[in-house]
Amino acid sequence: MAMQFYTSPEQIMRDRSEFARKNISRGRNTVVVSFAEGVLFVAENLSTTLHKISELYDRIGFAAVGRYNEFENLRSAGVRMADLRGYAYDRRDVKPRPLAKAYAQTLGAIFTEQTKPFEVEICVAGVAGKPEDDELYRLTYDGSINDMPGYLAMGGQSDRVDVVLKDNHRFDMTLQEAFDLALRALGSVGGEGGEPRTIGADRLEVAVLDRFREGRAFRRIRGGALTALLPDEAASDDVDAGDGDTRDEPSGDTEKPPAKKATRAKRAKPDKKSTEE
Amino acid sequence: MSGESRFPGRLPAAYTATGSSSFTEFLSQAAPELLPGRRPLPPGDHGDFAPHGTTVVALRFLGGVVMAGDRRATQGNMISNRNIHKVHPADPYSLIGIAGTAGIGLELIKLYQVELEHHEKIDGEPLSLHGKANKLANMIRGNLGLAMQGLAVLPLFAGFDVDADATEDAGRIFSFDVAGSMNEELQYDAIGSGSIFAKAALKKRLRDDLTQDEAIRLALEALYDAADDDSATGGPDLSRRLFPNVMIATAEGSRRISEEDVEVVARAVVEGRLTNPGG
Repeated sequence: MAMQFYTSPEQIMRDRSEFARKNISRGRNTVVVSFAEGVLFVAENLSTTLHKISELYDRIGFAAVGRYNEFENLRSAGVRMADLRGYAYDRRDVKPRPLAKAYAQTLGAIFTEQTKPFEVEICVAGVAGKPEDDELYRLTYDGSINDMPGYLAMGGQSDRVDVVLKDNHRFDMTLQEAFDLALRALGSVGGEGGEPRTIGADRLEVAVLDRFREGRAFRRIRGGALTALLPDEAASDDVDAGDGDTRDEPSGDTEKPPAKKATRAKRAKPDKKSTEE
Repeated sequence: MSGESRFPGRLPAAYTATGSSSFTEFLSQAAPELLPGRRPLPPGDHGDFAPHGTTVVALRFLGGVVMAGDRRATQGNMISNRNIHKVHPADPYSLIGIAGTAGIGLELIKLYQVELEHHEKIDGEPLSLHGKANKLANMIRGNLGLAMQGLAVLPLFAGFDVDADATEDAGRIFSFDVAGSMNEELQYDAIGSGSIFAKAALKKRLRDDLTQDEAIRLALEALYDAADDDSATGGPDLSRRLFPNVMIATAEGSRRISEEDVEVVARAVVEGRLTNPGG
């Protein structure tokens, strides 16, 4: 008869947590910020087609870090749940909180009942009439759910990214200010020797939930609209990168010192331009 | 939301199943009771049992299509509704109008709208215009049993084809029959009990180079002619200020023409008919 070794529940949970955390920490970060005109999502993403940020419903967005197949599965489930609810009742009855709770239950169930937990962190964000009323939920691999106060960071070094957001976040920021903050927060980690780095347009995935838009409020910011938001150096850098097929190369990491300063200094852009897709 | 999940609170398997981007397919797994066409009906003809919506017309103009529908729903010889909306946006570039049993038709439109949006969200890009039309044909086919018992619905689908070579030529109109066959129309089409008269009126006035405003005027003229000869089609209701629903789909997307703008055109049509009743 085979001998069963006893492993304490603490040990099992600790091992799973460690496994999930270790793999998530290898990925890039994603930042979600609530600002005057909506909710801004900024993710570092080398792919232009495999999204980390997407639309769940009229006023609800989804952002994720970690394994693509796992969060994509959760995303589809969320779209299905939202669409079913909207179809059975009314579009106004689709709210972020039930979605976040369903995700929490699902992630929690997978964490406890399966050998391998999901290596993801996700965010469900709902835009409201006022920035203070926006709902940002951060969910981790074990089903923990947190209601975040206007900003959140997920991914590898989210603790350090979070510090930058915490110190600088205001609810009355414009899109340009919110974007600058998100970019600075993302750039605060991963640079050589702890230096801040510049991230080019080709490595960014950006979207907003527009507070004042009727119906489906989610829209992506890309191409010209994204370049207009970026500080000059990073934007022109991106044009150079665009000539060759260097999408998968870490072009943004090896910036010259002057460019780094520019990320923080330059923010005098008219934000009219940026509101067009 | 209940179901086969082993762990309490976890989303059922239908939610996390991979592969399908169809909302209808998902509904058939997760909540089949919400699908139209799944409800058994006692045998017999139930044609007079529920309100019917009537005439909808669509025609092409340079750069898009216009679709307009009257506001009347009838049940036998009674008017059951004076302000029903039969023309709806299907998605940002297409329009759908409905004739036949109003309840089933409106449910079908709602499901179709969710279907297109669901597909776009899951797959990350919208279906092609022909893909959307085929999807609609499929849904009509699902209603064949009810149609044979008198609860038929017929849609009219039109849209701006973003894949077209030339913008002027990008307006498309698709017609269907109860068995689910789908046809692309060349210039115009109409559905519902007044459609014979509306089509006859359109045919005589149609040109290749219509502008948007001319097309809207023509659509309203055709609806007037339909209401003139068909008692189930409502004409412009001047006393209640109820006028046809008009929508267009162009390169800028699909949008509803405001009630005020429609009123101006509708009053001009009525004005014209005061001296020339036949148009």
